[in-house]
Amino acid sequence: MMPSNALTTTRRNFLGGAGLLVAFSLAGLSSARAAATGEAEPEGVGASSALPDDLQPFPYLDAWIRIDPAGRAQVFTGKVELGQGIMTALLQVAAEELDMPPHLVSIVTGDTARTPDEGLTAASHSMQYGGTALRLAAANVRMLLQRAAAPMLDTDEAGLETTGEGTIRAPDGRSIGYGAVAATLSLHVQAQADVPLRQPATFRTMGKSLPRLDIPGKVTGAVSFIQDMRLPGMLHARVIRAPAEGMTLTLPSRTEIEAMPGLYAFVQDGDFAAVVCEREWDAVRIMRQLLAGQSKRKNGAIPTGTIADILKALPAQDYPIEKVAHPTAAATTRLSARYARPWYSHGSIGPSCAIAEMKGGELTIWSHSQGIFDVRRVAANLLDLSEDKVHAIHVQGAGCYGQNGADDVAADAALIAHALPGRPVRLQWMREQEFGWEPLGAGMVTEVVAELDADNRIVTWNYDVWSPPHNTRPTSANGVLAGWEVTHAFPPPENVPIPMPAGDGSRNSNPLYALPNMDVNFHFIPKGPFRSSAMRSLGAHLNVFSIESMFDELANAAGIDPLTLRLDHMSEPRARAVMMAGAEAFGWQTRRPKGKFHGYGMGFARYKNLGAYCCVFLEISVEPNTGFITVQRARAAVDCGEVVNPDGVRNQVEGGLIQSLSWCTREAITHDAERRTSFDWSSYPILRFADVPVEIDVDVLPRLGEPFLGVAEASQGPTSAALANALADATGVRFREMPLSPEKLRRALIAL
Amino acid sequence: MTVSLIVNGQRRTVSATPDTPLLYVLRDDLELNAAKYGCGLGQCGACTVHLDGKAVFSCLTPIGATQERQVTTLEGLGTQAQPGILQQAFIDEQAAQCGYCIAGMIMRAQSLLDRNPAPSDAEIRRHMQPNLCRCGTHHRIIRAIKRASAVLGSQNGKGDAS
Ligand code: FES
Ligand code: FES
Repeated sequence: MMPSNALTTTRRNFLGGAGLLVAFSLAGLSSARAAATGEAEPEGVGASSALPDDLQPFPYLDAWIRIDPAGRAQVFTGKVELGQGIMTALLQVAAEELDMPPHLVSIVTGDTARTPDEGLTAASHSMQYGGTALRLAAANVRMLLQRAAAPMLDTDEAGLETTGEGTIRAPDGRSIGYGAVAATLSLHVQAQADVPLRQPATFRTMGKSLPRLDIPGKVTGAVSFIQDMRLPGMLHARVIRAPAEGMTLTLPSRTEIEAMPGLYAFVQDGDFAAVVCEREWDAVRIMRQLLAGQSKRKNGAIPTGTIADILKALPAQDYPIEKVAHPTAAATTRLSARYARPWYSHGSIGPSCAIAEMKGGELTIWSHSQGIFDVRRVAANLLDLSEDKVHAIHVQGAGCYGQNGADDVAADAALIAHALPGRPVRLQWMREQEFGWEPLGAGMVTEVVAELDADNRIVTWNYDVWSPPHNTRPTSANGVLAGWEVTHAFPPPENVPIPMPAGDGSRNSNPLYALPNMDVNFHFIPKGPFRSSAMRSLGAHLNVFSIESMFDELANAAGIDPLTLRLDHMSEPRARAVMMAGAEAFGWQTRRPKGKFHGYGMGFARYKNLGAYCCVFLEISVEPNTGFITVQRARAAVDCGEVVNPDGVRNQVEGGLIQSLSWCTREAITHDAERRTSFDWSSYPILRFADVPVEIDVDVLPRLGEPFLGVAEASQGPTSAALANALADATGVRFREMPLSPEKLRRALIAL
Repeated sequence: MTVSLIVNGQRRTVSATPDTPLLYVLRDDLELNAAKYGCGLGQCGACTVHLDGKAVFSCLTPIGATQERQVTTLEGLGTQAQPGILQQAFIDEQAAQCGYCIAGMIMRAQSLLDRNPAPSDAEIRRHMQPNLCRCGTHHRIIRAIKRASAVLGSQNGKGDAS
């Protein structure tokens, strides 16, 4: 059975009707374009086209929207649902611009045979680029429908109006449904850039908290996730890998393995090995037996020591990020500090999973990857198939927050299915495999030197950040585990940083504040001790933590309010507005100390200096004997441009805030010289119910008519910074190296 | 071995090795989707179901130990057309991001409401402690439980009055 929340109308059914039966061609994307729509900012083509970035390679309207004779719209997006609610928000955008009720609109997400290739669903780009493209496409369709309706209603186009019900009405009250009009119309025409959009004052769907489409199924046990899919004849596989990356495992002989009861097939290619069974539990059981074999580290030892020790000893490439020099008054105060964060796990609650089936020379892969077109590229490359023989379909998985094992498991499943044609193969990684092998969020270090003059103006800002890659997303077989393991291995590519303005380790390293002197440098470490790739907000997390911590350290040294110091150095009106709105809602100006071990803190950033603005305020208390922090109140203010679904925005910001508190106070991948030693939820604890804030509120600033700005990653940096600032306020001790764990706090506070 | 158990009120008979976790039988043999594999270690609660009315980790419950016992999964609480009170409360509060943890959350919470229809915030948090959510949906989950509790309270109130 297929997941119920993916769309029920299949393409065949859909095209079976009359209506808009048109050629559906999707030009292939060059890999340069694919990379541009990934974690980096698209470059666009400037003056040659005014179409939004995602529309440029797919300008034909029928690549995005079709309307059947019954007047129902089907919308196609290359973006995918990751639990962030994007499917619902995109459907709202389309419904608004088509001026139709949302229930008459359905949406098809990431499918290499059906949707435009919009690159990754990542980097908070989905609304900003995907939403903007879809919105214009829908506005074009509405205009075409209206134009075609005029002769049908025997009237002038100018007097016609859409009703919001999927009909077009003439001044005399007669009306015609979209279905009837669409049946006469081809949408295989190119989008125009200058089509009028619907205006906020008349919005019917956008700006409303439409309930999420996928929640009813998820709370009642429908087939909602790839993990739930069952295909006829489906086999269950488990990959056999050493406990962690960088290690190899000694396996018994093939004959011995093949004699194991319950085994259907043993698939091996070089260092890649997997067991396949009719019953899932047999696969798990056999996998466990095989894991009892000896494992050892392949290459040199993992360096140990502090994060700074480890990172600063590694070869780095230096990139200047920002250099500003102006004459200023003499400095009177000088502060310097080093901040750090450890390696983090994405920690998806459901380990990565994929299903693949090889049939008649064609491979189908169901995957929860953020880059479904890359899943196809990787598999085609790995198996030496042409891309048109590989069909990749996105199906939801557990929240991933970046590149977890999704792409690896998809390639694993493809390799296994390719060896066993005729039957679909389902592969789910085990919890310990996800912890041991997924790419991690990179450990990072920053060093800041800042000076104030006698008027409390910041006159010097020297900033250095060291980081391994935050983007090793695969676009071919050389980016996945299976590619490195097969006999004819695909050696991993040279890692390169994402250029500014998006940046990766450098993301948000250039302060948004107006500072007269800045010297910001990024030291990119191409090869860290662990595999690392994108995790929610990339390097912005530590960069914002560092900048916002230093602002508080400066304010403290100067004896002024941290908000005042920020506002004194901020000229962007929207940034100021977010800080002030948050402060007002929180009651920042009227806050009162409530005794020892109680305090307040704030943190601000505009994500990437391009996305949403977010300011977080926290009130905390600390129990010095245990080092436990209770967040009494958390209040976030955000400005993410035009808001499509306010509740969706609040859900994302609230979730990001809790996740950031978890990173900041609990999480760190532990390791020894041989391997990662975090392999479960006790060796990698995250926040539980008892630890989350007592109160959380999110204020979303209304920005009618402004462009969409992605919001999903906006609260990561500000929250961790606000926590460290609140902790310093509460205890007088400045903690600069995450995690600010109970143990670390207890040791430091017991002395006070 | 052959095991006969009552799942969501219906007698089901399955054949599996006795060490097979109940989770795998529910998902693979009985084709019930709700209980999820999260860790297989009793650390996350994604697999939570009720065994004889008590919340258990189905990933740690061997099928051999369920002979003639009552199992309730999320599917047993209601359907999309007719969601149970707690399920409806989760919809009303939009208490999910990815939703992978949610089946386990609802079953854990249901076991609290079954025993105490009017729990305090502190009781809810304490009771929900075994279940992990990575998306940070905790507050919405707490609100959904309180909403369901309020509905139960008003229903009982009506019951008393009539
Ligand atoms: S899957 Fe059972 S507790 Fe995690
Ligand atoms: S909603 Fe995603 S893990 Fe809870």
